[in-house]
Amino acid sequence: MEIFWYIAVGIVLTVFFILDGYDFGAGIIHLFFAKKEEDKEVITKSAGLFWDSNEVWLVAAGGMLFMAFPTFYASVFSGFYLPLIIVLWLIIFRAIGLEFRGQFKYQMWKDIWDKSFGVSSLLLALFFGIALGNIVRGVNLGSVENGVSAHEGHYFFLPLWDSSFSPLTEHPGVIDWFTIIIGFIAVVTLTIHGANWVILKTNSSINSKLKSVIFKLNIALAVLTLFSLYVWQIVNPNSLDNFIHKPYLLVFPFIYIIGLVGLFFIKKIKKDSHAFVLSTLLILGGITSSLASLFPVILPSINNTHEDLTIYNTAASEYGLSVAMTWGIIGFILLFVYMIIQKRLMGGKIDHMDYGH
Amino acid sequence: MEDMIFYDRLQFAFTITFHYIFPQLTMGLSLMIVYFKWKFLRTKIDKYNNAAKFFMKIFAINFTMGVVTGIPMEFQFGTNWAKFSELTGGIIGQTLAMEGMFSFFLESSFLALFIFGEKLMGQKLHFLTGFLVFLGSWASGWFILATNAWMQHPVGYEILDNGKFVLENFSALFTNPWLLPAFLHNQMASVVTSAFVMSSIGAFYILRNKHSEYGKLFLKTGVVFGLISSVLVAFPTGDWNAKNVAKYQPGTFAAMEGIFETEEAGAEIVLIGQPNMVEKKLDNKIAVPNILSFLTYQEWHKQIPGMDQFDADELPDNIPALYYSYHIMVGLGTIFIGVMALALFFLWRKKLYNIKPLLWTIMFLVPFPYIANITGWYTAELGRQPYLVYGLLRTSDGISPTVSSGNTLFTLLGFVALYMLLGLLFLVLVGKTINEGPTPKTH
Repeated sequence: MEIFWYIAVGIVLTVFFILDGYDFGAGIIHLFFAKKEEDKEVITKSAGLFWDSNEVWLVAAGGMLFMAFPTFYASVFSGFYLPLIIVLWLIIFRAIGLEFRGQFKYQMWKDIWDKSFGVSSLLLALFFGIALGNIVRGVNLGSVENGVSAHEGHYFFLPLWDSSFSPLTEHPGVIDWFTIIIGFIAVVTLTIHGANWVILKTNSSINSKLKSVIFKLNIALAVLTLFSLYVWQIVNPNSLDNFIHKPYLLVFPFIYIIGLVGLFFIKKIKKDSHAFVLSTLLILGGITSSLASLFPVILPSINNTHEDLTIYNTAASEYGLSVAMTWGIIGFILLFVYMIIQKRLMGGKIDHMDYGH
Repeated sequence: MEDMIFYDRLQFAFTITFHYIFPQLTMGLSLMIVYFKWKFLRTKIDKYNNAAKFFMKIFAINFTMGVVTGIPMEFQFGTNWAKFSELTGGIIGQTLAMEGMFSFFLESSFLALFIFGEKLMGQKLHFLTGFLVFLGSWASGWFILATNAWMQHPVGYEILDNGKFVLENFSALFTNPWLLPAFLHNQMASVVTSAFVMSSIGAFYILRNKHSEYGKLFLKTGVVFGLISSVLVAFPTGDWNAKNVAKYQPGTFAAMEGIFETEEAGAEIVLIGQPNMVEKKLDNKIAVPNILSFLTYQEWHKQIPGMDQFDADELPDNIPALYYSYHIMVGLGTIFIGVMALALFFLWRKKLYNIKPLLWTIMFLVPFPYIANITGWYTAELGRQPYLVYGLLRTSDGISPTVSSGNTLFTLLGFVALYMLLGLLFLVLVGKTINEGPTPKTH
């Protein structure tokens, strides 16, 4: 039952990153590459039409995590207090940027909300990567100092950073050189994903330029990925064990590799939707590989006093999980039905769709 | 420790108060939009369709605000109330997750279709999407109230040795005797808000002599919905809730009604007075004897336990705030019934559109249903103190053990600043929409 809910939460969270990922990415593209007003407007629209139905997946993931793994939810949300609240603020800034930009025709007004949308998209991508970095690195559960715990063994608190910026100290912060690298990977991945989205959904004048941007970013991503694999081993030496013992898990890194290799042929790919699928594979493969390397752990402990948080020691009761499975399956079917109806009705290029006026 | 609890509570109170400005309008408004759309299907008069679409614009702005201020609510269970989440997540996680999966998804998916898909879908399907938005938003209220009902009156649980609450009976969460009265009361109150907003916009259009055809439609519809819902809020739903409080939270009941001393021959109902916590009495009291006993038990001389019958730690920790919240809610509710009854009378006599003082009053009453809704929630939440789960888990035992008060104050200040900006933008945008009016633009 724990495994069912682990997979369920994993799927919803991954769908969230794939869906909201493209509008974060569109924000980053908007920030760095959109110069003309028409392009800015249409890129904003390509995110603005979809962001709220995409963020519903975040709400669903949060709710399911709360229900199925309450101890994990409590531990992680209070332990990463500051970054999470900052993420909430950024989500708000992004949303108001998207919703308010088109309300008045003044240039200054548009400029303010353009920056709000772009910068918060960039920072959100960075923070989500950093969050993933923190999960795989692990934290000092129980805030142990010289063998003495300051809290119960499943609680901790991380400052934003520690002066050494090293993941290898006794008390690493949220931001250290390792998590920053993962953060950069997330930014590059989502930028590629967002560029594919813009190409797919709009006729903006920068579409052809974006293809070469994707190509260059993909080189950077390949380098960063290799480098991160190396440092990953330093930070979490057990990270390959699962793949060695259960070789079928290698399918997840393989998905990532397909996406990465495929995107080198971006200029040859005829159908825009194929390129979008490839960057979707990047996100899918990236998240699932990280989760698979940890399984069944969901938050490693970096001290020897307290054990890792796993899906087993943080789950709700057996009865609760099984009742929830009954309604959860119905809910899942509905979620995908809604998504399909919505995407079909809003398929195709969105340049001429009415929005925000 | 005291600081930590104080800032955690303040932050939750502030963010939930601000959040609840938006859903209380959208829940009620969705019902009224469905009504306009239905009227249009029946009569084929464009006016009704334009009215539905105009209010859906206002709905959409409020919905966006509701989403961006709602995500922090869900997160805060974990960030600020970790111990509470850990201990009760197996139970209230159920209803919260169902809210996200069933109702929030429904509402947001079909809202987009309603706004963008009229031409694509045809009128009947368009009506259906509107109805599904309504269904989603009310289902959302249902699940949130189910969560709150469990905290007010816990059912279907078992407590393990380590203090964790474990779900024992899923269906008990929805047959909780607290739930249905609270849900109906809350939904009627949200219809009151939307009816007042609609009447206020209508009165504004008539007074300004612009879009006055729509002004009359909005005012008429608002007044009819407004009177029905204002009455239903008080009776039977409000009455039903008060009886539940008397039954399940007797200490809270005494505190909110302001009964310091038990009276043998039946309790009086307090209309006005200020709680004096030092001398344990109400200053400047105006009260009517025996009415409270009658209202609660239909017996004039039934004894109702006053606060003197309870230990201090069984009573809410902020009695004056609870007492005022409750009395402001009840007082405003009474005024709403009066104003709407008067307006309906003049509507029936076909004079309403010309009675300027009444139109001005209706226009300026718009903030008060919001205040009544929010003080209503304060009554429920302050009344439950000092517990998070009534009688079982204390508020002081529910906060995050590792988050220091300095960090919470930092985020509280951030929320205050951000929400000020958000509120300002919201007003500008709603003002702009109202100013443009419901008449479709000709391209």
